[in-house]
Amino acid sequence: MRGAVRLATVSPWLPGLKAAMGAGLVCCLALAGGLASAAPLQNVTVAVVSLASDARYTAKQLERAYPDHPAGRVVDAARMAVDDAALELQELGLALKLKDVPLADAQALSKVLAELKAGHVQHIVADLPVDVLVALVKAAPGALGGAMIVNVSSDNDALRNEACSAALLHTYPSRQMYTDALAQYLAVRNWRKVLLLQGSLPEDQLQGAAMLLSAKRYGLKILQTKPFKLSGDPRERDLFNTRLLTNERAHEVVAVMDSQGEFARTLPYATQWPRPVVGSNGLMAMAWHPQWERNGGPQISRRFQKLAKRPMQSQDWAAWIAVKAIAAGLADNPKADLAKQLQQLRTGAVVVDGNKGPALTFRAWDGQLRQPIMLGHGDGVVGMAPLEGVLHPTEVLDTLGTDQKESKCQQRS
Amino acid sequence: MFKALKTFKQPALFAALHMLRKTLVLLALTATASYAAAQVAPANRVYVSSEKDNKVYVFDTQGQRLSAIDVCQRPRQLTFNKDHSVIHVCCGDSNELGLIDAASGKMTGTVPLDDSPELFDFSADGKTVFVTIEDDSIMGAYDLASQKKLFEVKVGGEPEGILVMPDGKHAYVTSEEANVVHYIDLTSKKIVKNIRAGTRPRRFVLAADGKELWVSNELSASVSIISTVDQTVKHTIKFKIKGMRASDITPVGMTLSADGKSVWVGLGKANHVAEVDLATREVRKTVLVGKRAWGLTLHPDGKTLYVANGMSDDMTLVDAVAGKAIRTVAVGRVPHSVLVQP
Repeated sequence: MRGAVRLATVSPWLPGLKAAMGAGLVCCLALAGGLASAAPLQNVTVAVVSLASDARYTAKQLERAYPDHPAGRVVDAARMAVDDAALELQELGLALKLKDVPLADAQALSKVLAELKAGHVQHIVADLPVDVLVALVKAAPGALGGAMIVNVSSDNDALRNEACSAALLHTYPSRQMYTDALAQYLAVRNWRKVLLLQGSLPEDQLQGAAMLLSAKRYGLKILQTKPFKLSGDPRERDLFNTRLLTNERAHEVVAVMDSQGEFARTLPYATQWPRPVVGSNGLMAMAWHPQWERNGGPQISRRFQKLAKRPMQSQDWAAWIAVKAIAAGLADNPKADLAKQLQQLRTGAVVVDGNKGPALTFRAWDGQLRQPIMLGHGDGVVGMAPLEGVLHPTEVLDTLGTDQKESKCQQRS
Repeated sequence: MFKALKTFKQPALFAALHMLRKTLVLLALTATASYAAAQVAPANRVYVSSEKDNKVYVFDTQGQRLSAIDVCQRPRQLTFNKDHSVIHVCCGDSNELGLIDAASGKMTGTVPLDDSPELFDFSADGKTVFVTIEDDSIMGAYDLASQKKLFEVKVGGEPEGILVMPDGKHAYVTSEEANVVHYIDLTSKKIVKNIRAGTRPRRFVLAADGKELWVSNELSASVSIISTVDQTVKHTIKFKIKGMRASDITPVGMTLSADGKSVWVGLGKANHVAEVDLATREVRKTVLVGKRAWGLTLHPDGKTLYVANGMSDDMTLVDAVAGKAIRTVAVGRVPHSVLVQP
């Protein structure tokens, strides 16, 4: 910044003066061309904290490539955002650095926090299972003398409600945001009669609960809820045979709640009646789809593909926008301390551009990034929630997920 | 309205055109960038690029469709050369600048560019084209005659708007990703200053005899006015449309009125265009047009504004004096830019 100001003062567009200034100015101009300012840049380090043994990233799990599951570690996406923000921050005398911190296991947390403290790190992008994330959120603010933690891959609604924290932001959508987006789409299409196929894992149950609430909000009728089970045992075939599970005629769509993805994969085109599948396969809500072709979508998808050698997924988008949000907070007020940065983000004073259309802000009541949600299938995007015609008294993006009045989050600042 | 078409069909002229076309093909074969045909574009024409049809559609100034020109892949910005004999079209998917012979209505040559070119402007002598290259985050400079790349300047992510100052010494480039306007010295090939504008700065228009650079900020619902004298933001114009939230207003395309006293701004998602008074900075009028109004161009007589509606695949003709939409005509898929030959 200082460099730039100096350049402006000496008016390089006055050739006479430029010549008179001699070597010093020439040197300055050259530096400006490389976008470096004369003063040394102040480093701000963002740590990407993940779990080395995370089951979502085993080679076999990645190979299965269930739709909207992570396709690789998010650190590449964070790196892309660091590159994207470099120029704007450089102008202000700042440089973002990235530190990839894979935890060996949950027990390694305190040691890692001590290392981060020694490195003056306060900004954390968290790609963690819920229990480890909760432990991090509990420990980090104390251990680091204040922390900003951005959750980029957990959809857990409790983290936005009962288990919320003033230090915790979320760029990954909550499950409620996903099911609201889906319910809006079904309501607008007038596909209101739903057969709900429910998995038994705790995550499946959370998805089901969110879906029920969304159905109530948008006037969908859940005609029947049936449990499904991964099995081949003929004695319980009514729990896994897709035709038996869907043999009632009255429903218009089949919504499947399968956090793990294996059963849901077998369902589209395998129902008794010609009914679309939604939820964990078929038509799905997602934060990002690599085929999104508006709002500069292809640009970031292409940049990401070049960098990571794989298509950009929802979790990657969330990590990218998380670092962009950290950068936007710094750019808005380079002198702000961490508490102030958090406040600027949580009050919506700072906006970020997520290549999904509108400028995005965080919700004050739970630290969740407001955002449009894509409704897509394996091949492309067919809708974007909030759907046209869905209304809200103040901010239509707040029709997705927990709105202010419903929030159970106590620790807001 | 159909007069022009009839004249076009007169045998003598037809033969002449045929000859010309032959010559052009020959020329195109020998020198791909063909500027040889110095015939001016036919009068009373409106050209609209369609990103997804790989065509430039030709209308008369009343909005009657006349023909379509096959061009390169994903055509975006359109400009005339100095004598209006050639239309330049930037093709984002085939990475080239297409040269359309205006008289014959054929693309006669191309200049290769880098990956995903977006918008462009020319050097003062018209020999060099400066292009924002979206995927490589550079401003590329290309020599039209030799078709060689001269140099590049690294800029912020997703560069889009570009404007070369009339003296040819400096250029401005927006970076949508870095939220800055780069002020580039074309002699030293360096960025001299990065000017912070609003969120997602998109395009430029030069106003007030070159003293003001207007920048549209897509995600701030605003236009920043930069002084070209000291390169600082002097003023910000916030747009408001009754019954709409700020997030629904996404300004992108801009054009200066013929008398230089106002600027028309396409408000994107708001489906409106606005006329802003240059002196008072007040919005004079807003007009409802089609969906996602981005590209817009005024007829030089100042009476008609042509607005490309990217999401409703049509073009709205607006009575710029009365501030009323006259009619909306279908264009191809995703119209981008409009060019008018009076």
